[in-house]
Amino acid sequence: MSRLLTPAMMRTLLPGLSLAALLAAIFYLQPRTMSYFGLNLLLNLAVPIALATIAQMFILCVNDLDLSLGAFISLTACITATWLNDAPLIGILALAACVAAYAALGALIHLRNLPSIVVTLGMSFVWTGIAVLVLPTPGGSAPGWIRTLMTLKPALVPFPIIAAVVIALTVHFGLMRSAAGVVLRGAGGNPKSVERAGWSMLRVKCTMFALAGFFGVLSGMALVGLTTSADANIALRYTLLSIAGGILGGGEFVGGRVSPIGAVIGAITLALAGSFLSFLRLNPDFQIGAQGVILILVLALRLLINSRGTRA
Amino acid sequence: MSALSQLTQKPWIWAWLGAVSMWMIITGISGISAGGQVLSAAASFGTFFVIVATGQMFVITLGPGNVDLSIPACMTLSATLAMKFMNGDASLLVPGLLISLTVGLAIGTLNFLLILLLRIPPIIATLSASFLYQSTAIWSNRGLRVKPPEILGDFAVAKVLGLPVLTIVVLVLTLAMAFMLHRTPFGLSVSAIGQNIRAAKLAGIKVEKTRYLTYLMCSVLAAVCGFVLAGFSGGAALNMGEQYLLMSIAVVVIGGTSVAGGYANLTGLWGASLFMFLLVSMLNTVGLSAGFRLIVTGAIIVGVVAISGRKSSV
Repeated sequence: MSRLLTPAMMRTLLPGLSLAALLAAIFYLQPRTMSYFGLNLLLNLAVPIALATIAQMFILCVNDLDLSLGAFISLTACITATWLNDAPLIGILALAACVAAYAALGALIHLRNLPSIVVTLGMSFVWTGIAVLVLPTPGGSAPGWIRTLMTLKPALVPFPIIAAVVIALTVHFGLMRSAAGVVLRGAGGNPKSVERAGWSMLRVKCTMFALAGFFGVLSGMALVGLTTSADANIALRYTLLSIAGGILGGGEFVGGRVSPIGAVIGAITLALAGSFLSFLRLNPDFQIGAQGVILILVLALRLLINSRGTRA
Repeated sequence: MSALSQLTQKPWIWAWLGAVSMWMIITGISGISAGGQVLSAAASFGTFFVIVATGQMFVITLGPGNVDLSIPACMTLSATLAMKFMNGDASLLVPGLLISLTVGLAIGTLNFLLILLLRIPPIIATLSASFLYQSTAIWSNRGLRVKPPEILGDFAVAKVLGLPVLTIVVLVLTLAMAFMLHRTPFGLSVSAIGQNIRAAKLAGIKVEKTRYLTYLMCSVLAAVCGFVLAGFSGGAALNMGEQYLLMSIAVVVIGGTSVAGGYANLTGLWGASLFMFLLVSMLNTVGLSAGFRLIVTGAIIVGVVAISGRKSSV
């Protein structure tokens, strides 16, 4: 028993346990959510948030922080709702250019040794600006196939749960279980030793930022699939949600210690926290504040676990 | 020649050059009288940037990872609580200002306690806590715009010899800050911690105390800025602090303060504040659409950071 409850084990279990506790509380408050339809409604919006959190996780993994992610996802949502729908080829090219731009940002931050916060804060202006040009007024429409995918009703298990599991496992095996993934994460842990071992840090940073851009694009597409239209500010709050989700899920800020499964669980927890608070009839004014409290509590809990680990 | 090359070595010169060239473009397009007006406006609006950026500059100078992301929420909360308390009554101005200062002191203390106790990077601590402050502001504000007392509004827009009074006050503040930065043990400790935290510790500098005072000062300045800004713009609004998050950081970096910490620059802060305001005015004058304005603003911030980046990271 005591061997099972090592600090490392508890740290891994913490995100899952928080989610389970939250779900139990929601089922208790509103038993009707415990159904196929209820879960579908509860978890629908968790899918784009989970993708955004994965994107942020790639950035966190190389010791950077992306404060423009929300603006970037808004832009990709605008492109999805306009060009991808009207002229799929141009849409795909534009989205590919978005991913390439992220890779270039990674290169710029690495080559000039820049603080990622400042660069991404500046870029958030650029993304919003482009989004305003692409879609000056809210509107557009979701491409049919994305709409179909996001509103799938598979038998037995609601689509959002399947999507979350697929996202988590894909990234988990890609980043945590593959040889390339080890190098990528090692770059966050000890960039010097990765460089000495003959790997190019430039390529690592570009890859990680490109992956972040790619998942940002997916997040924007998933979001439009749910909302069926877009506007230039549609996903601005995703910046904070994605950082919070990554941390809830057990990501550390330095050292390349991240967890894709944890990140997805963290994102779902945050998405559910909103519903939980409204089931509690809590004043909506406190919803943002409650997210802050949850974040601080989880960080405090983790500190408690870690300090037990060092004492043992 | 050597004097010129010495001048171009100064970290603050680029911000001032940028500000001057922006002003020249505006004057060239709209004439000298419009140029005078925009300069006066820049002096007013730039002042608010300088107030918050001064606090942010001290925080950033503490070294990598030190950024205060709770500035917008702090401004909003301080302005909201103070305006609500005063409810337009001029006789309550002093207690109102005290409330605003208390908010600043409380937020600075809470921020630092989170950083110290949870041992998390200041970015994350101030970000998480800012949710709380913003929520409290939303709860107490209820979407209303409470009018400031008239006297506060008058003070915020008053002018002496064509120069806004506020600008003069903040200039004095900047001089005091410059003295503090370069001549007092506190200011020197901040720079020393940013240059090498281990050496600073070994030299007997009280690192945690210095960091606490720095975060405290940043929050108090943001709170006061929110207070005066509410007077300037006719009341406290929930989104009043929004643009100050990026501005506070951008102004510090463009002004020549090292992003890696250890080297602060107050002269550049003024240049960069004027530059940022004049840049936006210039883009308006040229008649660019909102989208292009945002793109150019962002691109210039990233560009300046990229050009000045390598020097400061040494």
